[in-house]
Amino acid sequence: MNSLGIFLTIAVFYLFSKIYEKKRAFYLNPVMLSIIAIAFILHLTGISYETYMESAKIISYLLSPAVVSLAVPLYKQRGIIKEYSKEIFAGIVFGGTLAILSAFYVAKIFGGSESVLLSIAPKSITTAIAIGVSEKIGGIPPLTAVLVILTGILGNAIGVEMLDAFKIKDRVARGLAMGVTSHGLGTARIILDDELSGAVSGLAMALNGVFTSLILPYLLKLLQ
Amino acid sequence: MMLMYKGLGIIFGFLFIGELLSEAFNLPIPGNVIGMILLTFALLFNVVELKDVEKEAEFFIKNMSVMFIPPGVGVITYWGLIKSQAVPIFGALVISFALTLILTAKFVELLRGGEK
Repeated sequence: MNSLGIFLTIAVFYLFSKIYEKKRAFYLNPVMLSIIAIAFILHLTGISYETYMESAKIISYLLSPAVVSLAVPLYKQRGIIKEYSKEIFAGIVFGGTLAILSAFYVAKIFGGSESVLLSIAPKSITTAIAIGVSEKIGGIPPLTAVLVILTGILGNAIGVEMLDAFKIKDRVARGLAMGVTSHGLGTARIILDDELSGAVSGLAMALNGVFTSLILPYLLKLLQ
Repeated sequence: MMLMYKGLGIIFGFLFIGELLSEAFNLPIPGNVIGMILLTFALLFNVVELKDVEKEAEFFIKNMSVMFIPPGVGVITYWGLIKSQAVPIFGALVISFALTLILTAKFVELLRGGEK
């Protein structure tokens, strides 16, 4: 086996993480920059994606146990789920459904192909779950991965400013909307503003991942 | 350093069970999500103790970012598709983001009737 992929992924990510540690700006997001840099390196050297993936797939395989591990923060935050059960569940059903339908229909109106519609539908849930969902429904998992990360970067970059612009002050509402829309990257941003918003956002992200993976396949059958 | 085998065994065990159930019943839900749901319930009903999996789970979660890179790089194999579908892809991304964020926040705010 060729260890190029695993080495390149870790080395490039380490480099961009170091830069991000010094300056925490959204446009320095180390995952996005690593993807761009590695794609560029492969393009320049003529190394194929298959050669890269030979060993890099070991890293992406670990997403599966990472998803199972999300049970731990979910369990630890069960107090918040109890306290705000009504708004959390109603908000996730509303926001989770809206995220899917709006992405699906806007893409369709703009002339999106079938595989694009299926790849963009799960864009608001955490990357690890979205990749699995995309695969199950017949989307293109790498495209979904990039769209999910871009959605997260949008939330991280302008989500809080947008909530302010629309004069949304309620801390639970702000956190829930951010978690449902922009998953982990959005959560990372709003937690700097307010701890309660951050906790609700993290929870909304995990629960919306479950909700979306449960309803998306059935919703798509209705839409098609 | 403490051995991680118990925690890893539990996490991979739940993953395996989730995958088996997903395949056996031909479920549309990924096996890892089923594993996560089952592990959450196992913790709630004290079948699994938090201290048995906490460190190992944190290890996976804290290092999750790097795991997105290989599938993300895979997007280069779809470069042609992205170029030809740039308008629906990026139009839907931005519009759906804004709609979902603002409408969900407004909805929850209304639901809470002005509590802070």
